[in-house]
Amino acid sequence: MILWFTIAQIALAVLVGLVCIGLGLAGRRPGDVSVGAMALLQLVLIVQVIVAIVAPFVGNSPTGSGLEFWTYLVTAAVLPIAGIIWAFIDRGRWSVVVMGVLALAVAVMTYREWIIWTVQGA
Amino acid sequence: MREVGPRVKSTDMSDTRTSRRVTGVGTVLTFVYAVMALGATGRSFVQIAERFSDAPIPYLLSAASAVVYILATVALLLSKSRTWYRIAWIAVAFELVGVLVVGTLSVLAPDIFHADATVWSYYGSGYYWIPLVLPIVGLYYLYSQRKKVAA
Repeated sequence: MILWFTIAQIALAVLVGLVCIGLGLAGRRPGDVSVGAMALLQLVLIVQVIVAIVAPFVGNSPTGSGLEFWTYLVTAAVLPIAGIIWAFIDRGRWSVVVMGVLALAVAVMTYREWIIWTVQGA
Repeated sequence: MREVGPRVKSTDMSDTRTSRRVTGVGTVLTFVYAVMALGATGRSFVQIAERFSDAPIPYLLSAASAVVYILATVALLLSKSRTWYRIAWIAVAFELVGVLVVGTLSVLAPDIFHADATVWSYYGSGYYWIPLVLPIVGLYYLYSQRKKVAA
């Protein structure tokens, strides 16, 4: 993993999470902002998948369990698209809150990925 | 009368549109359960695939907790049907018992449960206490929905 990209990813996920939860609680239905933000987060996660595949070949290998890392990354990478699909099934305000909750879960999982990749004994 | 007509009709639609599936704030709860189900399943999968022989019984318990989270997610999603509503009660109550029993055991007898054994260890503190709070919210939600459940 790359430190600055990880920080950017967590920051984006937290931002998207807070914006979506705010919009949802304010009564907004899924729209360009909430769905677009989740799509952007999905795109960043796909980039992270590519980074994680390439990194070991350029001397940046995980110090912890690769299996555990990939379990977190794959789980995180399906959350935004799941939220977007749900927003199309149920077009109510609570779908926007759901997308926000999923984005926050991505933030937590990305943090865990970083710990597994870099810090051992934690 | 012309104004009343469409309004009544739209109310009917919103009632029948989602007769079985969860609606409203319950969807948020259901998705938090879904995330926990994914987290617990992922953790359990890694434990069993990588180091099952280290602690077979705690890791089996971990797998059981993952299965119950999945069951609770599905049951909450369909909780407007009476059968699934009952299953949701059982699954959510099982989790409350699980987090209390395993949480207590992990504090009193840390030798039995490794720190990473289950999502319930130390009352779910490794998952931001969500495993402790979630079943309480879940039971409250199910209780609040008891009159809306379809026959």
